[in-house]
Amino acid sequence: MRGNRILGIIFSNLHEKLISEITERRTMGAVPYGGRYRLIDFPLSNMVNSGINKVGVLTKSNYQSLVDHLGSGKAWDLSRQRNGLFVLPPFLDPADYANRVSTFRSIKPFLENSTEEYVVISDCDVICNIDYQKVFEKHIENNADITLVYKRDVLPAKLHDPMVLSFDAKGKVTDVLVSPSISGTCSYYMNMMMIKRELLIDLVNKCVSKNTMNFKRDMIQAEYNTLNIYGYEFKGFAPIITSPAEYFNANMALMNSEVREDLFRGDRPIYTKVRDDMPAKYGLDSKVKNSLIGSGCVIDGEVENCVLFKGVYIGKGTKVSNCVIMQDTKIGANSNLSYVIVDKDVTVRDDKTLAGQPSYPVYVSKESVV
Amino acid sequence: MYPKQEVVAMLLAGGQGSRLGVLTQKLAKPAVPFGGKYRIIDFPLSNCVNSGIEAVGVLTQYQPLVLNEYIGSGQPWDLDSMNSGVSVLSPYQQIKGTDWYKGTANAIYQNINYIDRYNPDYVVILSGDHIYKMDYSKMIAFHKENNADCTIAVIDVPLEEASRFGIMNTNPDGSIYEFEEKPKHPKSTNASMGIYVFSWDKLRKYLIEDEETEGSEHDFGKNVLPRMLEDGQRMFAYQFEGYWKDVGTIDSLWEANMDLLDPNVPLDLMDESWKIYSRNPVVPPQYIADTAKIQNSLIGDGCDIGGELEFSILFSNVVVKAGAVIEDSIIMPGCVIEEGAVVRFAIVSENTVIGKNAVVGARPEDIENKDEWGIAVVGDNLKIGAGAVVAPKAMIAEDIEGVE
Repeated sequence: MRGNRILGIIFSNLHEKLISEITERRTMGAVPYGGRYRLIDFPLSNMVNSGINKVGVLTKSNYQSLVDHLGSGKAWDLSRQRNGLFVLPPFLDPADYANRVSTFRSIKPFLENSTEEYVVISDCDVICNIDYQKVFEKHIENNADITLVYKRDVLPAKLHDPMVLSFDAKGKVTDVLVSPSISGTCSYYMNMMMIKRELLIDLVNKCVSKNTMNFKRDMIQAEYNTLNIYGYEFKGFAPIITSPAEYFNANMALMNSEVREDLFRGDRPIYTKVRDDMPAKYGLDSKVKNSLIGSGCVIDGEVENCVLFKGVYIGKGTKVSNCVIMQDTKIGANSNLSYVIVDKDVTVRDDKTLAGQPSYPVYVSKESVV
Repeated sequence: MYPKQEVVAMLLAGGQGSRLGVLTQKLAKPAVPFGGKYRIIDFPLSNCVNSGIEAVGVLTQYQPLVLNEYIGSGQPWDLDSMNSGVSVLSPYQQIKGTDWYKGTANAIYQNINYIDRYNPDYVVILSGDHIYKMDYSKMIAFHKENNADCTIAVIDVPLEEASRFGIMNTNPDGSIYEFEEKPKHPKSTNASMGIYVFSWDKLRKYLIEDEETEGSEHDFGKNVLPRMLEDGQRMFAYQFEGYWKDVGTIDSLWEANMDLLDPNVPLDLMDESWKIYSRNPVVPPQYIADTAKIQNSLIGDGCDIGGELEFSILFSNVVVKAGAVIEDSIIMPGCVIEEGAVVRFAIVSENTVIGKNAVVGARPEDIENKDEWGIAVVGDNLKIGAGAVVAPKAMIAEDIEGVE
């Protein structure tokens, strides 16, 4: 389905402080997840699978690894003669990207020069497989100005500036609370929305002229009485990465086959950059249970309840349990790791022990040697 | 105007590979899956790229759909440059008539125009059914050093196997004085690997001459090379040391796959300096369940393993249910092995389902008459019913009803 009417916009840099260690040297969008992916693969693939063929990726700083990952956009079929992938760093001053509204102002030429009628906007810290065509259908059916994608659940702890929505029977937004103190199930905004491109430009102009630059308060909360704002409930797997523990849990959730089927559906695959690793190799003394294993891994030891990314080595006599181990990390012989998040290219030498707690996994930073 | 390429590689990929039976029923031999994620053609293609060769013609003829689609634009191998890269060359209609590729030499002859547009000094002829890693640039350097007209790569084979190969008998300086095709009493153990480097002006001349020779089979080994030797052209044998395997038969294909599990076999697919590139499926990482037991195996992306694996190679998206057992076998993409099924010494082709408690193949030690033993082969997109038995050495091309 070419010539889609929707433009995609992805914020790749938001909420990084919540997992400051993992994002120290990368954007939120470049955070590794699930044995082979980066978080940006999810919004990008969702957009592409919904027929969107023009996507702007907004990135403020630390974007080397993101740009390296995205390349020309080929892996997402976004390397195109017409449209395709647009990486949009700040033109001059990173302060231009200080908040959502000022970011939209900075990319106004991009918005104005696009011809798509609608815009779908997503962050990178929500991991899900969503069909934006369905959101679009609802948006048209409701004759909505804005459609906000929400989830009904208990508010995730530490969620940044959560926006809680109330609706009438038709799904029209009747109340908007920003950062309320609330317990129990509620409908919280997943930082994904659909809006008419021209309306977005108008709203941004309005906020800028009044210098009211808070997206949730000034663009949504202040407008829900005057605009047709509707909700779209997403019912699938959709963790939001709000802390290292949540990041850990979101990885561990993949051991559940229903979660994998929901997230990695055959009809809407998640694309990512490929690396030409060989298949994973299991040695003569390997013991692997309940784990997700990336290609290029070589396992001579014991692995239980783990996510191993591409090219990880587990030495003989070593036991890793309840760990997330990122790509190309090598763990020597006779070591013992539990509840550890090990970043890329780490070397753990022989006979080492590292242990965290279920609620507080230990983190080992990129390229370190233990 | 195409920029000059010093070297053009021509990859002969038209062979049917009839000895692979059901595995090549719907695809050409070079497209047969290998090693848990590759297809055979990934090896020569990656060798070309890693050797710095930028123009590769792939000659296809038999069942080209899968192969053509797989090669596509050549992007996975970086062979999609603006003025070079990979070109799929099928036989085509010409003014004087239409011809299939009548032989290996004729296939190149029919594509003289393709080679000429790059104005190369050397042409490398490769075949699409060998598993090996080789730096062709070293062989080309050897060819230049000797001021050769033709250089043939040879590998030292055990004397008892030498009579299965084309043997090159050489002088002490490496120049060839005699070919012997499958000799009964070989004089040496230098077997031709089917890899030739030619100086293009010489090859061009001999191809045209060969085309006009009546009775010629238009084959390099039978016609062109002997003719060049007769004429006293400078022909040299280039000694290759390393892993090389012809995977033209079920047994050799199975062995070459199993070699990947043997740490003593010098075919390292993890070597960053000589990667084997391939088209990668878009699937999640493999999941290994609580019930799984895996020993010495290679497993591709997207697999879901609940059963027991030993000395086996699983391609992408294979599902092995809890209680299934796979030993010494190769399972190609998309297969499902149901509960209680036992697969031993077998090759199961793509998207086939092995039903509950079905038994495919057997261990050699469990068979009394050794002549009845061999690798069992199950074709693609088949259903082997619950409790069905596939005997060792069988070649299955149709569904088998269940007995449960």
